[in-house]
Amino acid sequence: MQLDAKIPSGPIEQKWTKHKFDLKLVNPSNKRKHSILVVGSGLAGASAAASFGELGYQVDCFCFQDSPRRAHSIAAQGGINAAKNYQNDGDSIFRLFYDTVKGGDFRSREANVYRLAEVSANIIDQCVAQGVPFAREYGGLLSNRSFGGAQVSRTFYARGQTGQQLLLGAYSALERQISMGSVRMFPRTEMLDLIIIEGQARGIVTRNLISGEIRSFLGDAVVLATGGYANVFHLSTNAQGCNVTASYRAHRNGAAFANPCYTQIHPTCIPVSGDYQSKLTLMSESLRNDGRVWVPRVQGDRRPPANLPQAERDYYLERKYPSFGNLAPRDIASRSAKEVCDEGRGVGETGRGVYLDFADAIDRLGEHTIRERYGNLFEMYERITGENPYHLPMRIYPAAHYTMGGLWVDYNLMSTIDGLHVLGEANFSDHGANRLGASALMQGLADGYFVIPNTISGYLATAHPTPIDTSHPAVRAAEAGVAERIKRLLSIGGSRSVDSFHRDLGRIMWEHCGMARNAAGLRTALQLIPELREEFWNDVRVLGVGESFNQSMEKAGRVADFLDFAELMCTDALHREESCGGHFREEHQTEDGEAKRNDHDFAYVAGWEYRGEGKAPLLHKEPLTFDNVPLATRSYK
Amino acid sequence: MNLTLRVWRQEHAQISGAFVTYPVSDINPDMSFLEMLDVVNEGLIARQETPIAFDHDCREGICGACSLTINGIPHGPNRATTACQLHMRFFADGDTIVIEPFRAKAFPVVRDLVVDRASFDRIIAAGGYVGVSTGSAPEANALPIAKAIADRAMDAAQCIGCGACVAACPNASAMLFTGAKVMHLGLVPQGQAERSDRVLRMVDQMDAEGFGGCTNYGECHEACPKEIPLEAIARLNGDYLRAALSSREEDAA
Ligand SMILES: Cc1cc2nc3c(=O)[nH]c(=O)nc-3n(C[C@H](O)[C@H](O)[C@H](O)COP(=O)(O)OP(=O)(O)OC[C@H]3O[C@@H](n4cnc5c(N)ncnc54)[C@H](O)[C@@H]3O)c2cc1C
Ligand code: FES
Repeated sequence: MQLDAKIPSGPIEQKWTKHKFDLKLVNPSNKRKHSILVVGSGLAGASAAASFGELGYQVDCFCFQDSPRRAHSIAAQGGINAAKNYQNDGDSIFRLFYDTVKGGDFRSREANVYRLAEVSANIIDQCVAQGVPFAREYGGLLSNRSFGGAQVSRTFYARGQTGQQLLLGAYSALERQISMGSVRMFPRTEMLDLIIIEGQARGIVTRNLISGEIRSFLGDAVVLATGGYANVFHLSTNAQGCNVTASYRAHRNGAAFANPCYTQIHPTCIPVSGDYQSKLTLMSESLRNDGRVWVPRVQGDRRPPANLPQAERDYYLERKYPSFGNLAPRDIASRSAKEVCDEGRGVGETGRGVYLDFADAIDRLGEHTIRERYGNLFEMYERITGENPYHLPMRIYPAAHYTMGGLWVDYNLMSTIDGLHVLGEANFSDHGANRLGASALMQGLADGYFVIPNTISGYLATAHPTPIDTSHPAVRAAEAGVAERIKRLLSIGGSRSVDSFHRDLGRIMWEHCGMARNAAGLRTALQLIPELREEFWNDVRVLGVGESFNQSMEKAGRVADFLDFAELMCTDALHREESCGGHFREEHQTEDGEAKRNDHDFAYVAGWEYRGEGKAPLLHKEPLTFDNVPLATRSYK
Repeated sequence: MNLTLRVWRQEHAQISGAFVTYPVSDINPDMSFLEMLDVVNEGLIARQETPIAFDHDCREGICGACSLTINGIPHGPNRATTACQLHMRFFADGDTIVIEPFRAKAFPVVRDLVVDRASFDRIIAAGGYVGVSTGSAPEANALPIAKAIADRAMDAAQCIGCGACVAACPNASAMLFTGAKVMHLGLVPQGQAERSDRVLRMVDQMDAEGFGGCTNYGECHEACPKEIPLEAIARLNGDYLRAALSSREEDAA
């Protein structure tokens, strides 16, 4: 296996233009002879499928929800970045590129990031033309805000529902193609394996989630846009169905998995309230603009917050990071919260929470102003917790949120398997070790609307796939494998539910491969995970039959893949002997507890090759060079 | 809390279903309604009984997947709250709670509380878009839109496509859903070129799917978790009338 990024030559500003010219084109009259399978209908998948359809390809698109409009992208709140420089505040393609490389803690590929920044402006044009109702100024022009600590205002938004509006835009473009017959949509259809013929990705095996029917689909190229894997932690801000199955199945078939340990923990989520908890709700980061974070000074102090005099409170972010204070970056804020809770100073019933207190802001600005700024968030908080944040400080705690790691792709967004392309959160390409706020939506749509429609033609024009049908032995073998696995899951007849295993796995991962990691903990996890997996395959109870709508069955398959994948994640975290972005190794920190990168030994993408069950994965390295953004250390003091 | 649940159980679309009663105990008031169902399902699995099927994904009120009629009200008793955001503290110890799927001819039951809402996708496919292919868009700020207009378009665009409006309507009408899209795209300048065609095609599709007509009950708005205004239906009617008249004139010409 070779990790050849295929980065075009020439100066960074000209690479994409030059590359588009160099790519072979598919003759317009030949396009309809090519079929493309798009798995996923989130921002990345829907935009790609619609754009392929418009170009004249024959497209089959799949999602596991009952409608493409419900993909997890729908839940994104804050906004989408683009280098429009409408605010005249010094933004540019280069600055967005620079901020993204630096924010990613120098673990992303410069050429891809530059292209992302370059096409960002086109995304906004496209979405506005679709009728996306972005926020506007009184003069009628688009409004921007600054997001996630950026020094310029480049974030476009639609109330607190930016992801929803962007996805509905892409969905409407997709539905238009469906009505025109260029895209066939298969909702409630889950991809369970990849079909490779003569070294090329040629199809997928799916399960119809209503009837349970196992069916293969074939095409000339396969595009995965199946989202992130933060649900490996069981509790996360992601939707319940988010999973690693498609990516992991591709990995088993030869796609390198890049930097699986790079995960983002978001500092402001509503804490866990009990064992029954199924998800953690994100509270917008903007709350930290006015809220002050604190815990009691001494451990075990259970007095109600109002009874704690100022002197007995520890405003730990303000104390430790006097210049950034409560606005310290996501990873710092998250880790600090964990530390104080580990010290036994956490608040709330479970002791895993910290206060986010608006009392001072209300004194200073009045309740009215705070209501105007955060009214809907306060309402959401009260709906979930039953507590009124105007009177009681909010309780927050970090939660798993986003995964920067993903399948390795080259500049054309093709994985190490010929013909298998990967878009959106499912690939690893643009965010390095840490993603900036409002950049995931940008990347998903950049990949789907503007990158893959170009690069796929380069592949299709040169791939010469041989004609095949579903009687091909490789197809039959993949189908048999899928059917066999389902049968096995249903026949175990053990005593424990699928959810109980998922919860246990989540605990292991959160404890040992979460906000802070160390070698001993990771080794413990690497021992516990195989034990849990063994128990799963011997004692899981999946009721019902395969040939029916069976949600436990669906979940069992996903949890089984998480159980395999978790080991890869810990292996990657253990091998990366440095701290960078969301990956914090306790052994590698400065005296003041800041992340210590090791550029000399680790300025590379770790691409892991699958080598068979029970065998250790093989590490391949794609060296990273920084010719345009000089390597530097982040500082927040 | 201890509760009695009466849950609609139906193995698949081809057979009829029935209510089954489940006594449940030790429910924590901080649970969401769906977490309560998770707990009930864990209990069923422990007793080797098939868990209750229900649709859900985001569990934060935005994906539109959850679709439970709770005590006769789609998404339950709380204003502007989806079932996934409804918490058990709004119920009292000892309550009996009746849980059914969203019922409508155009939403056939898939299993238990899960229904098929593909008819909504087909209504959008019939015209709920602006026909602009990737790459052909003009510069975004070339066309200013008054803030008030953009805000109202957003009010309509917030629809999550859950189908509560249909389930709440005595006629199982999809006018609020369809109207929301017609209103959103009818307000912004980008939607004008196809405005007439859009409304005619979407309404045709709506009728073909077997949704009922609107007789102004207004239950849809009451049930809508995003509080889509009834103005959406008025706009749909207005646009439809205008479009039908002008297309008849074109036919005559
Ligand atoms: C609460 C929250 C808020 C966020 N806010 C922001 C924000 O403000 N700005 C920002 O930039 N980013 C934000 N993000 C991140 C961003 O939303 C996601 O990274 C992005 O939407 C992912 O898009 P996607 O298209 O890659 O995947 P998704 O939207 O997750 O779509 C995945 C698709 O793949 C399908 N799929 C998955 N597996 C299979 C399978 N095996 N078979 C068939 N289909 C499958 C699913 O059905 C779905 O259609 C937020 C994330 C969360 C959780
Ligand atoms: S589960 Fe998404 S809206 Fe309820």
